[in-house]
Amino acid sequence: MKSIVKQEIQGLNGDEAVALAVKQSDVDVVAAYPITPQTIIVEKLSEYVANGEVEMEYVCTESEHSAMAACLAASATGARVFTASASAGLALMHEMLFVTSGCRAPVVMAVANRALSAPLNIHGDHSDAMAERDSGWIQIYAENAQEVYDSIIQAFRIAEHLDVQLPVMVGLDGFIVSHTLENVKVLEDETVKEFVKTRQFPDVLTHEGKTVPFKLDPDTPMTMGPVALQNYYFEFKRQQEEAMKNALGAIQKIHKEYSQLTGRSYGDGLLEKYKLEDAEIAVVCLGSTAGTVKTVVDELRTAGIKAGLLKIRTYRPMPIKEIADALAGAKAVAVMDRSMSFGGNGGAVFHEVRHALYDSPAHPHAVNYIYGLGGRDTSPTQIHKIFEDLRQIVQSKKPGDLVRYVGLRE
Amino acid sequence: MTTREKSWREASLAGVCWKSSKTYLTGDWKTYTPIRDIAKCTKCLQCTIFCPDGAIHWKPEKGDIEFDLNFCKGCGICANECPTKAIMMKIE
Repeated sequence: MKSIVKQEIQGLNGDEAVALAVKQSDVDVVAAYPITPQTIIVEKLSEYVANGEVEMEYVCTESEHSAMAACLAASATGARVFTASASAGLALMHEMLFVTSGCRAPVVMAVANRALSAPLNIHGDHSDAMAERDSGWIQIYAENAQEVYDSIIQAFRIAEHLDVQLPVMVGLDGFIVSHTLENVKVLEDETVKEFVKTRQFPDVLTHEGKTVPFKLDPDTPMTMGPVALQNYYFEFKRQQEEAMKNALGAIQKIHKEYSQLTGRSYGDGLLEKYKLEDAEIAVVCLGSTAGTVKTVVDELRTAGIKAGLLKIRTYRPMPIKEIADALAGAKAVAVMDRSMSFGGNGGAVFHEVRHALYDSPAHPHAVNYIYGLGGRDTSPTQIHKIFEDLRQIVQSKKPGDLVRYVGLRE
Repeated sequence: MTTREKSWREASLAGVCWKSSKTYLTGDWKTYTPIRDIAKCTKCLQCTIFCPDGAIHWKPEKGDIEFDLNFCKGCGICANECPTKAIMMKIE
């Protein structure tokens, strides 16, 4: 085991932590368009480029759709590529997200999670990224600025892993994480560069009958993402699903390597279990809310109540089996969703956690809490109320309403 | 074409083409075939320029043009552009 490397504490907000991680990760091309609350990321990166602090090509585009098109093209040539977006910007990228994952381009993107219009709202919720959950991108949700910094560095390794070759989105809650100044332990430039290594390429067979690295090169021409109709499209989609399965292992392996280097870990990289081993009641959530839930779990534990938290760090690929195992001992589970699946009888996270629990022999009660839409604050008092509801469900053995709303005026 | 199609495990990453487009005979698609009236043709070569598939070739050894029906999709642009109306499109 490697000893923990030298680190320096810096005061950074989530966006600045992203920009610094990108600066250190030997990135070749950034193509981006600014949007609140992601703006600080692109401002910082363009500043680094203007100051000559990084050898990176910064491409100003006229829209997010073009930004993702430029990222895909740059990545296809073998470059390490980064971009960032949020809300309407991410929605405008929608088409290109599928092209990027379908072309197996390992682009890394930070998403400063923000609500979608209308009504217009610039604040934090997960509506933007949840709407892209089927776009073939790996999705990691970070709890705080430190986890954002660590996750961006790991994301390049995950995306470029030979058995994965998929783009990765790292989510940070708009304003709550993106704009809040925190102490962040920062690695030295050389340490990060050594960790991320240079991009590696799988071999592919081309039309010339040559087996060559998977990148555009005039000496070894190839066609990527051509037309594939009824006879082949399906096979290529199945390959993407396999890459997602491979990502489960790659994320854990890379996370472990990083934690040995830094002394920091987020569960196994997929899920973070907080006082969950003997918990009878548990909350499941993503992102910054996990911090609030941990505080409440501590208070309940002091009062002798067996409460726990399951933080889903990796939402795509969804670690279904690991979630079922983690919640096997719980009697009642509250799944928190910071976005709506209108008409879907609960949020997306709820649907999938309940799906994971279907085959679990323990079969705990599972209810859904929609919360924090449009950046509405979620207090420890509200989380206490959720745990209180769970205790009542355990006592009465009646789940009651399946979908509930936190902090909503009735 | 009767070659066995690859399984998802065998197919290349991201659909990288493992065969040349020369082996994919898009001439199979056509409904109309160009027929040339040699008496009307002045060999101006406008058809070779306008063909979107590059399926009309100038053969210097023959001193004449030649339609490559393996790649002609039968779009009829050549017939439309021909200044002497020497090309007719005939239904197959």
